[in-house]
This record gives sequence, C-alpha cells and structure tokens, in this order.
Amino acid sequence: MNSLRPLWHKAGQLCLALCVSLGSGAAMAVNDLKGGPAVNQMDLHRPVTQIAMDQRTLNYGMMYTCLAIFVGVFGVMFYSIFKHRRSKGAKAANFHESTTVEILWTIVPFFIVIAMALPATKVVVAMKDTSAADLTIKATGYQWKWGYDYLKGEGEGIGFISTLDAGHRQASDSGHPEPMDDYLLKVDNPLVVPVDKKIRIITTANDVIHAFMVPAFGIKQDALPGFVRDTWFRATETGDFYGQCAELCGKEHAYMPIHVKVLSATDYTAWVQAKKKELAAKADDPNKVWALPDLLARGEKVYSNCATCHLANGKGAGPVKALDGSPVVLDPDHGKQISTVLNGTAAGMPSWKHLSDTDIAAVITYTKNSWSNKTGQLVQPKDVAAFRK
Amino acid sequence: MSAVLDPHGQVAGDHAHDDHAHDHPHGWRRWLFATNHKDIGTLYLLFSFTMLMIGGVLALLIRAELFQPGLQIVNPQLFNQLTTMHGLIMVFGAIMPAFVGFANWMIPLQIGAGDMAFARMNNFSFWLMIPAAIMLVASFFMPGGAPAAGWTLYAPLTLQMGPSMDAGIFAMHILGASSIMGSINIIVTILNMRAPGMTLMKMPMFCWTWLITAYLLIAVMPVLAGAITMTLTDRHFGTSFFNPAGGGDPIMYQHIFWFFGHPEVYIMILPAFGIISHVVPAFARKRLFGYTSMVYATASIAILSFIVWAHHMYATGMPVTGQLFFMYATMLISVPTGVKVFNWIATMWRGSMTFETPMLFAVGFIFVFTMGGFTGLILSMAPIDIQLQDTYYVVAHFHYVLVAGSLYAMFAGAYYWLPKWTGVMYSEALGKFHFWGSLITFNVTFFPMHFLGLAGMPRRYADYPMQFTDFNMIASIGAFGFGLMQVFFFLFIVLPCMRGKGQPAPQRPWDGAEGLEWEVPSPAPFHTFETPPKLNLAATKIVG
Repeated sequence: MNSLRPLWHKAGQLCLALCVSLGSGAAMAVNDLKGGPAVNQMDLHRPVTQIAMDQRTLNYGMMYTCLAIFVGVFGVMFYSIFKHRRSKGAKAANFHESTTVEILWTIVPFFIVIAMALPATKVVVAMKDTSAADLTIKATGYQWKWGYDYLKGEGEGIGFISTLDAGHRQASDSGHPEPMDDYLLKVDNPLVVPVDKKIRIITTANDVIHAFMVPAFGIKQDALPGFVRDTWFRATETGDFYGQCAELCGKEHAYMPIHVKVLSATDYTAWVQAKKKELAAKADDPNKVWALPDLLARGEKVYSNCATCHLANGKGAGPVKALDGSPVVLDPDHGKQISTVLNGTAAGMPSWKHLSDTDIAAVITYTKNSWSNKTGQLVQPKDVAAFRK
Repeated sequence: MSAVLDPHGQVAGDHAHDDHAHDHPHGWRRWLFATNHKDIGTLYLLFSFTMLMIGGVLALLIRAELFQPGLQIVNPQLFNQLTTMHGLIMVFGAIMPAFVGFANWMIPLQIGAGDMAFARMNNFSFWLMIPAAIMLVASFFMPGGAPAAGWTLYAPLTLQMGPSMDAGIFAMHILGASSIMGSINIIVTILNMRAPGMTLMKMPMFCWTWLITAYLLIAVMPVLAGAITMTLTDRHFGTSFFNPAGGGDPIMYQHIFWFFGHPEVYIMILPAFGIISHVVPAFARKRLFGYTSMVYATASIAILSFIVWAHHMYATGMPVTGQLFFMYATMLISVPTGVKVFNWIATMWRGSMTFETPMLFAVGFIFVFTMGGFTGLILSMAPIDIQLQDTYYVVAHFHYVLVAGSLYAMFAGAYYWLPKWTGVMYSEALGKFHFWGSLITFNVTFFPMHFLGLAGMPRRYADYPMQFTDFNMIASIGAFGFGLMQVFFFLFIVLPCMRGKGQPAPQRPWDGAEGLEWEVPSPAPFHTFETPPKLNLAATKIVG
C-alpha cells in the first residue's frame, strides 16, 4: 500500500491541476456583471430594493440559525459516534423512552419555528402590497421574449418588445461562445424605469407560463396566459440589473433574459421623450404628404379624444370653447392652433403632445373641415413637427 | 447461483423440503408468473435499479451539456426532454418501485406472514410497470421526441407537446394503477396477516412507515390521474380545464398536481425513515428510542403533507393569506421531522456502535438528509422562496432529500438485508468504498448547486451566463463520479452476492439486529412462516 502512495499523490495533483485549469480557463476572461451574476457568486445578489434587503436578512438569519442547530445536533451525534463505539469498549445502555425529553424536543423546535415565521410574515405582507404605484408596467411573456407596456405613470403609452441579442443565441449554438460578461443577458430593448419610484409590474403571458425575475430587486412573479398577476419594486440606485425567465416555457426557455435599466428621474424623462418620438416616428412617416380625405378619416378617429369636452358637434359647453366657427380654427395661419393643441392653454385645455405628429395634423385638419367649418385647409405632419420643442 | 435466483440451492433448515412439495414454475415462468413475495420483491428491486441507471444516464447527459457554456451535445429541446424524463423515471421508475420491492421482501418477513395478501395482484402490479416503463423510455423515439414540459407537466406547456405526451400520460396512469394495487396489498397484509401477538404498536417501524405511505398513495395517486386525464382531454377532446383560451385555469393544474405532489414527496421518504429506524438500533445495539413518538411523528408528517402543497407555488401570485397559511403549515412539518432525527441520535447515544456499511449509510443519511431538511425549511419561507424558486437551490434541496435521503436509506437497507436475501455476505471493504465514494461525489455534485441557486441560476436551463461556469463544472465532475459509484455497487456488491460469491451469511449476521426476519435462515427460504409463528412478548423473536 505504501509503495502506491506517491502514485496516488501524483494522480491527485494531476486531477487538481486539471480541475483548476478547466475551471479558471473559462472563468478567467469573464468578469463580474454589475447588477447580474458575479463570477462564482455564492450568495444572493446585492440587494437594491428594501424587499431584497429583507429577503437577504431573513436568509442569513435562517442560515445561521439552521447552522447553529446543525452544529449542535450533529455535535452530539459525532460525540456519540466517537465515544459510544464498541471498539472503545462502550457497553450499550438500556434506555429507550422518555416522555419528558420527547415533549421537550417537540415544543422547543415549535417555538423556534414561530420565532422564524414572525419576521417572515412582515416581509410577505410588504411584498404583496402593490398599491399606490408611481408607474405601472405590463410585462407579457411570449415564447421567447418579453413585451413591456407602460400602462400608467410617466411614459404611459410606451410599448416595446425585448429580445435576446441574436449574436448571443448564435454563440450558444456554436458550442464555444467567446467569453462575454453579459452572455445570454444582453437584450435589444431593456426595460427602463426611474429610480426611487414604486414600479408595479403586471405580468401576463401570451402562450405558456413564464416568470419575471430580477434577483437584485427580490422579485419573481409567474406570468400566466389569460390571467394577470402583479409584483412591485422600488429600486434605490441607478444602473443595469439582470434576470431571466424562471418558469420552463419550452425550447428557448434559457434565452429570454430580462434587463432592467434604472435611470435618474431626469434621465428617465429624457428617455420617455426620446422613446415616444421614436415610437411615433415608427408609427407614421413624419414627412408623408397626406391627401385631404385620408387625413379627415384619420382625424375623425383622433377627434374622439377632443369630443369628451368639445363634443362631437364641436360646439363645446360652458368654459369649453366651441371649435365650430372658432377664429383660431378657421385661421389660415396654422401656427396658433398647432401650438394650442401641443401645449394646451392656461384656461384649462390639456397638452396633447404625446399624440403623434400625424395624429395632431389629422385632428386639426378634421376640425378645419367639419361642421360649418369649410376651409379646405390641410395641416401636414411636418407642420406640426416644426412646432415641437 | 444464490437462493434468490434458485430456491433449490443450499437452503438451511426444515423449510427446504417445502420447496419441493409445492410445485411452482421454473425458468422464466418463475418470474413471469411469480406469486412469491420474495421473487416479486427481487423483480421490483432489479427493475428499479435498471430505471435508476437509465435515469442516471439522462442525468449525466444533462451534466455533460452543462459542463461549460454553449450547446455542445444536445439542442435545447432535447435538453428539456432529458430533464423531464430524468425526473419522471427517477420518481416513478426508480425510487417508488424500489421501496415497493423492499416492502414485498421485508413486510411479510417482519410481521411473520406467509406471503403478501393478494399474491396474484402482486404479480400484476409488478408486470404492469414493464409496458409503462417501455412506453416512457421509448417516447424518446416518437415524433417530436419525449415529453419536454418538466416532470411536473405544467399546463399549458403540455398542450404544445407531441404525441409522446399521450404516451407519457398513459404510462403514468399504468404506473399509478400499479402503485395503488401495491398499496392495497401492503395495507391488507399489514392489517390482517400479522403473527399472533404482534399488535400494531409492536410492529417494526418499516411496516409502520409503509402502512402510512400506502394510505398516502391511495389518497393521492387518483389525484394525479385526474390531473393528467384532464390534460389529455384538453389535448384531444376539446375541453379547456387548464387552457385559458377556452376559459380554463393553468394554476388549477398546479393546485391539483401539487396536492398529489407534496404527499408524493413523503411517499418517497417515509419508508426511508422506516429503514433507518431498523439500521441505527441494530448497529448501536440498543432499542430504538421513542418508538411510540416515531409512529406519531410519521403519522403527523403524513397528515401535514396534505395541507402544504401550495408552497411549491409562491411565485404564481397567491393572496397574502394563502402565502402565510402555506408558509406556517410547511414550517410546522419540520417539528415531527426533527423529532425523528432526535430519536435516531438518542438511539445512538450510549450505544455500543460499530460502523459496517449499512450503519455508515444510515449515519450518512441522517447527516446529509438533515441538510436537505434545513434548506427545505429555508425554502418554506415565502420571501426567501421568491428568490430561490425555480433556481438550482431547489434542485440542490430535493436531491439532498431524494438522493441523500431516499437512495441512501435504500443502500443502507440493501446492505443490511442483502445477507438475508442472498445468503452471502457482501465485501465490507467494497461496501465502505461505495459509501465514501458516493458521499463525496454526491456532495461535490450537489453542494455547489446551492451557490448557483443563490446567485440566481434558473433550473431547466440548457445554457447559462458564464459567471456560473466553475460551479457547473464541479457539479458535472461530481455527477460522473457518483454515477460510476452506482455502477460499481451493482457490479461489485450486488452481482457477486446474487451469484453467491462470498462468505455464507449466518441467520443473524448483525448481532444487534432484532426482528422476525432474523429468525429465519439466510438466505430466507422460498416459503417462510407458512404457519403463524409463536412470538415472545416484544414480538421480536419466535418462541417454542
């Protein structure tokens, strides 16, 4: 046996070297991803919400309590294993029952469990309180991408699809992806939210069950087809945070990541502006020159926004001015009406700048050619664009 | 050839001539038409080991794919098939039938009964599993491949599966029917066929745990059958139980599935508790501490298991009260489970212990299973579970309780009773090698998964961000080691014993072992307890 020892030693060294080279070979070139996983991370993500903080505290509390019990109980067991063995001359005792002890070790764990449950209860209640959100976003799971719709709050109306970077998917198929810090986590359109605001995420799905998870926020909520559920977070710092789909949803389950970009309030506002413009631009060609009948048809639809106050007949009511016969509407100079629609008035008319240039041009054209207004004037989208900003 | 394979070999005692008096079939007919509980037990055990190997190969394919980032071996669709079939085969093909095998062999021997109550139903419930297993495994070769919706078969993903899903559902129905028949057999045997003097509260713990398990099986297998039948009609007959497009509710499937699924977890662990409750006293040479409380603890676990199912569903979005109720109820289960662990340690305390392989596996079980128990307690806390649900932490947790729990207890039981089954002692040195090899490779495989889960790596992922690489590599290396250890177990422990190679086993190979199974010769003759034995007061020995 002794003669074999150096051989085993050599073999052990070889194994160790192999493992280290295999392990470090891949990991060397990869760095921690801020807001995503760190290399060889052994703990929960660094929390950036109060809930995630509470979860981590609970986890530490549970882990240390369990560890203490574990060490205590198995300390006794291993003491017994080393002391009470026949080779040490131990003679078996004859006891096999004690009601007192049985009651004791039923009651004590019971109270330990209650002590554990109390702080957890508080966090459960906080986790489930999705009321009074500043911003509500619907996250829809599709096979295999996420759709985000800003339902309420700043950015209302924005909607887009978020898909894994195609290059990453190909790299996965190639079998030997180059080292990347955000491998399988890079998307084309991240979800963008403001910092320090309560964000309510409503989840639903288009086909099968998905789950919306962002570990740094401490949220995970199944997205169910045909049903809506919600969760919430309030990020305490700006940055990029990553998660992945957490419910088996078919073939490409591993390829529908979640990337949340948390911006400061001003950056977020700027993003909303830019995004709206981008979406508006996508919807209609702003340089298109429209013919009157098309513009009127479109304008009639948009007018439903206006009819709430100005009424379908354009007569207005009370403080709401009539559009029918209004000098501003009939004016051949379109500037005044365009800026009124875009910016609203001090008298109470709201701003309608979130409508697209085409919609505003159409609705203005509609008012100029409806009821008793027969001006024949046309407002084109680019006229409106000129008045923006 | 050992007695397991050939009842006409060297059989000690006056039972030998009985074998000739009864004309039973020989050759393949002996197994196909088997009505003897020992033969059927052997069939069950060999079958489940075969399934363990098949499920193990699938697991190793998964681990090989996850060795490094990128897809090298399988495509994502096949990967999902592998995880799904690994789960189904291990749960329904390996762990459950293995315990039924133990029950067939040991319950009649332990209660002094001649055989199981319904010998032909026993045969039927075994042979039903063969077509089911073939159908399950062959589904890989059906158009579209095997089911790939996860072993939980969540709707509405199951509606997207190919024809193999129907084969899978059919297979599960058959396996369920087999389980129910097995359970009826066990209940009737235990309640009606105990030797005179063996009252319920003198019955060996393994029989107690199986009695309770059998009731659990009868209660929940039909629930599973209901869930998968509804899936089937949703797929083919225009119903919309779980399909939201027709007004169904996919969450209802999860409620029904886990109402089966959670008691199922205890179905797979209670018989393990029973085995450990025999092995620990035998090698501590001291009676089991707190027998009565062990029985009550087992019953409490079984009852509680019916009211905790939705702790698998915290992330589906339950109301606050729902989360709190299931959290409290789940945490409560740790109390009776703790009682069991304390009782085992109290049994060891001031005993006179030796550490043959069965005892090593039993102590290994208590130690490593408890780690799984603690991670279970941590997962039961809804706020923490929201972080860990559907991550590798859960994978680590249930492998700690199912592999280090159920499988280790079965190894403990196999080493403990192998001399009785085969009449041959296994090699203690090889057994110890198997134990230490399994213990180390098991922990190398599954311990790093806790870290992966905490770091947020979702389960059932064919590819993963590169930061997770090292732990995945370690887990994969461990998995191949663990797989090899189990091949070693079969080739160098089981096979030699079945071939009768080794020291002949005495009637009571363990000096501290108690129970009627040690009152019959080794190997146990083909027929035992043909007339009810006369028992001593403790119902552990035959007198007169």
